[in-house]
Parts: sequence; structure tokens; C-alpha cells
Amino acid sequence: MNIIRNPKDVLSGLLFIALGLLFGWQTQDLPMGTAVRMGPGYFPLVLSGLLGLLGLIILINGLRFPGEMPSGIAWRAVLIITGAVVFFGFGVRPLGFLPALGISVFVSALASRLFTFRTALLNTAVMVVFAWAVFIKGLGLPLPLLGPWLGGY
Amino acid sequence: MDLLDNLALGFSVALSLQNVFYCFVGALLGTLIGVLPGLGPVATIAMLLPLTFGLPPVSALIMLAGIYYGAQYGGSTTAILINLPGESSSVVTAIDGHQMARKGRAGAALATAALGSFFAGSVATLLLALFAPPLANLALQFGPPEYFSLMVLGLIASVTLASGSVVKAIAMIVLGLILGLSGQDIYTGTPRFTFDMQELSDGFDFVALAMGMFGISEIIRNLEDEHQRSLVAAKVKSLMLTKEEFKRIIAPVLRGTVIGSFLGILPGGGAMLSSFASYSIEKKISKYPREFGRGAIEGVAGPESANNAGAQTSFIPMLTLGIPSNPVMALMIGALIIQGITPGPNVVTEKPDLFWGVIASMWVGNFMLVLLNLPLIGMWVRLLTVPYHVMFPAIIAFCCIGVYSVNNNTFDVYTMALFGLLGYALVKLDCEPAPLLLGFVIGPMLEEYLRRAMLISRGDPTVFVTRPISAVLLLLAAAALVVVLLPSVQKGREEAFKE
Repeated sequence: MNIIRNPKDVLSGLLFIALGLLFGWQTQDLPMGTAVRMGPGYFPLVLSGLLGLLGLIILINGLRFPGEMPSGIAWRAVLIITGAVVFFGFGVRPLGFLPALGISVFVSALASRLFTFRTALLNTAVMVVFAWAVFIKGLGLPLPLLGPWLGGY
Repeated sequence: MDLLDNLALGFSVALSLQNVFYCFVGALLGTLIGVLPGLGPVATIAMLLPLTFGLPPVSALIMLAGIYYGAQYGGSTTAILINLPGESSSVVTAIDGHQMARKGRAGAALATAALGSFFAGSVATLLLALFAPPLANLALQFGPPEYFSLMVLGLIASVTLASGSVVKAIAMIVLGLILGLSGQDIYTGTPRFTFDMQELSDGFDFVALAMGMFGISEIIRNLEDEHQRSLVAAKVKSLMLTKEEFKRIIAPVLRGTVIGSFLGILPGGGAMLSSFASYSIEKKISKYPREFGRGAIEGVAGPESANNAGAQTSFIPMLTLGIPSNPVMALMIGALIIQGITPGPNVVTEKPDLFWGVIASMWVGNFMLVLLNLPLIGMWVRLLTVPYHVMFPAIIAFCCIGVYSVNNNTFDVYTMALFGLLGYALVKLDCEPAPLLLGFVIGPMLEEYLRRAMLISRGDPTVFVTRPISAVLLLLAAAALVVVLLPSVQKGREEAFKE
């Protein structure tokens, strides 16, 4: 059969090795110091090496012992949810707090297969009013309601 | 009596109008998220962390603690009434609790859960008050090498008691430690792991990491298999227990309290492990083993007492040593650090109002929970009819607002999205995110103690094994690691977690 017996272990092993290499490489510009007076790079390099080593063990285990495939990835949810969050970050300044929040709530509702236009719109309206009442009026967060793109300041 | 004086101080803090209010809010929110499946205490506390920054530390911690033990209460309600555990710690409660409900004894099961939880919570709080100060005194004599070894033991032990692959969990800890080191080096101010980004000069944001890993990725995972829930809640008639039922719950409640109190202290322990352990023990020693799975009241009384006791005593290592035993405690430590308090043994002596106030508030909170839960059961059940596809956009909104409001920084929002993706990928690969959070919180402390220890010993690494306390701690860590890696134990462990 295939050399890859446990895809989950092989993938996570590779991921940890890659992260170990990435962080290890990042420590290269840092002063190492000595064991007595450890520099800023000493412990991070040790940990990066350890992470790579553990990744290697997991990888080898994945080649030796059988296991399952990872279950299906919810691409729709991954893309829409991440998109909604990133949109909020992108829109909160130029559009303002409430418009950015409303759009993010509506967009994220699309991630569900049970999405209906009416509930999503209702949900958005409720959340916007709630956020305004609690965070702006109640807690007094200093967030501009409308951003420069929408005629705010 | 020192204890009485201290408790008096604690109650004077906990019973102030403001703190009673935050205790109530915490208990109410905890019950709410305990009832709602798909929203756990870790994600909720992460979401609410930004709101606590403006509060005094005592009020913040009182509210966050209330959320944690409130969730244990709320989770049992749905487990019993509709066979849907709102929390992982009430999974076992559903087994017999729901069977009792089908037999028309829903009220008795709920009352048992509430009484058992209240009793266990009170006892565990007393234990916390009794044992935390001496433990803190002991820890005050620790030098850097002892601290380093203690943290290593804490991290290793948290892995051995958790489910899943041990090697993967350790890798997750190490990844957490590395992420925790990002930002400026404490001694030299050199930026590390900032990838030349100005925004990372203080390191990865704790709130963004926790919300991404536990909030956002959890939502994506829940959206994988959506199905319309059809809920038929059992009717609650009378909350009274019969005389025979009352007799049968006394021993399990006591045993559950002991098991939970003990397992809660252990790193990696806490509510979930306690309830599982209690259930299997009750099943083994019961006089009515055949009733288990068919509505044995012991199967509700034991685990419900145990999970509440465990939730309470897991505060002991957090408050006295500054070491988190589970992700919720890691968040509490994060909250303390953000408030400018260094967690550790000094908290007991330097911030007695904080320490004793939080302890006393647990009594107040547990009492409130009984009042909140039993009469209001109808309301909680109605909440369950809110479908998940209506709920999750609101959770996302709270996460976005929360993470943005910490520093008014959009970069933190992107960080949260990134950790949401990473968390989802790791969960897909069977890597639990909890150890990563523990590592993230402990990382900076671990490095500091290592560097100090090496400085004291003039670079001699044997300092960790020549100082007796440190050597014992490391030996325990090594023993724990060897034990879980033994093939026979590994098999038993897998079976235990499947059950």
C-alpha cells in the first residue's frame, strides 16, 4: 500500500517541522549568548529545534502506523468565516463600527447551509442595535459609528 | 483563627454591591453558555476578557470564575432534559440523567445535580481556602530552578491527563511556548519572532490567539455537520427527591466531591476528567450496576458533584503557583497579567483581598446558581430552541468587537482570523489546541526562570537535578511521561477516553 499510513500524523509532523524551521530561521539574527548568560536567541532556538524533532517523530509514526484520513474540510465555512472576520478588520476604520459589524454578521451567516435571507437580515439588525446599545451606549467604547467613507469623521 | 479572619475579609470583598453584581453576571452567563451547545467556557471567557480590563482585578476574576463554574451547572440541565450535553463535563450526566427524565424523574435528576454541585462546590471552596495559603508559602521558598522544574512538571502532567497523542500534545506545548516568546526579549529588548512587523513588537496578542483558537475555529468546526435539532424537552414535574433517592445520592456525592477535588488540583485535570472518573467509579461499586445507563441516580449525583468540585479546586495551582491546569485557568492567568498582577505565590500575601475575595465569591456564586437554576429551568430550556445558525454570527460579532476593542488595532483582528485558521487545521489533524494555550501563557515565565537559574548556577545545567525539590519535580515529570508512553497504559488510556 501507500507509504503514508497515517495522513493526519504525516501532515501534522510536516507542519511542526515547517514551523520549527521557520522559527529556527527567525532566531538566526538574534544574539545567542552563552549558557550562563543566555541571549535572546538561546531558548527560542532550543525550542525551535525541539519542535522540529517532535515533528519528525510524529512524521515517522505516521509512516509506520496506520490511521485515518482527515475528515472533510468545511471549505465554505472556512472561507466565509475568515472572510467575515478579515472584512471587519478591514472595514472598521473606513466604514465605521456599525456598518462593518453589520456586514460581517450578514456575511458570516452565509456560512451556514441553513441560511435564509430573512433570518440573516433580522440577525444583522438585532446585532447592530444590540452592539450599539451595549458597547457604544453602555460601555462607552470610543469607536466611530460611521467612518469617513460613509460621511463620518 | 487566621482562616476566619481571612474569610471575613474575603466575604467583605465578595459581598460588596459591585462584586455581587459581577458574580451574578458571571454565574448567569456561565449558565447561559453551559446550556447552549457549541459555546464553551474557554471561548466565552476569551470573548469577555476585553470587557474585564476596565474592571478592578477582583471583580474581573470573580466574574470570570463565575462563568467557569456556572457552565458546569448549565451543562447538566440540557444533558438531563434533552440528552444534549451543553458542556463536555456533562457528557456522562446525560447517560443516566436523561434516562431518569424519560421515566418522569427529570425534576429529581435536576435537583440531584444542583444539590450535589452545591455541596461539592462548597467543600472544594473550603479546601481551596485551607490548602492554598500553605502551598503558596511553600512555593515562596522556591528559587528559579525549582520554578522551572515545577512548570515543566505542570506542562508534562497536563499532557498526560489529556486525551489524544502525547507526542502531538507536547509539540503543541512547544509551539505555544515559542509563540509566547514573541515580542521583546525581557532583558535586552531585542525583538523576537516579530517578522519585522511593528504590530508584533509586543508579541502575539493573547486575546486574539485565544479567541481565534477557541472561538473562530470552533465555529468552523461546528458548521461542518449542521443538522436541524428537533428538541423534545422532558417535562419537569416535581423537584423533590423521594426518601430512598435521597439516601442513594449521599455516598456518590461525597465520593464525587473527593474525586473531583483531587483531580481538579492536578494539571490537566479539572471538571471534565473528574466527571468521567466519578462515573466509572460509581458504576463499579454500585449496588445496582444494572441500573447504570437506565437512569441510576448515582450516575447523576457522582459526576455532577465531581465536575463542580474539580472546577473549583483547579483554581488552587493557578492562584498559588501561577500555573494553569487547564485552558480556562490559562485565560485567568492571562487576565491577571493584563491587570498588572504577576501570578504566583505572592498573590496570597500581597493581594489578600483578591485571593480571599475570589474564594468567598465562589460560595456566593454557588448559592446564586442554585437559585438561578432550579426555578428558572423553563427559561433555560426555551433558550435551547435558538438554532446554531442564528447564534454563530452573533458569536463572531462578539469576537470581532472584543479583539478590536483591546487595542483599537485592526492587526489583532487579522491575527485572530489567522489563529482561527491554524486552530482549525490543527484540530483537523487531531492536535488539541488546549496545550498550546498553556504553553503560550507559561512561555515567558519558563524562559525567565531558566535564564535566572543558569545565571545562579554559573551555567551548570546540573542545578536542576542537584537541588532536591527541583530534582523531585523533574523526576515526577519524567515518570509521568514514561508511564503514559508505556504501550499497556496507552491502550487503557484510549479505552478510558472512548467510554
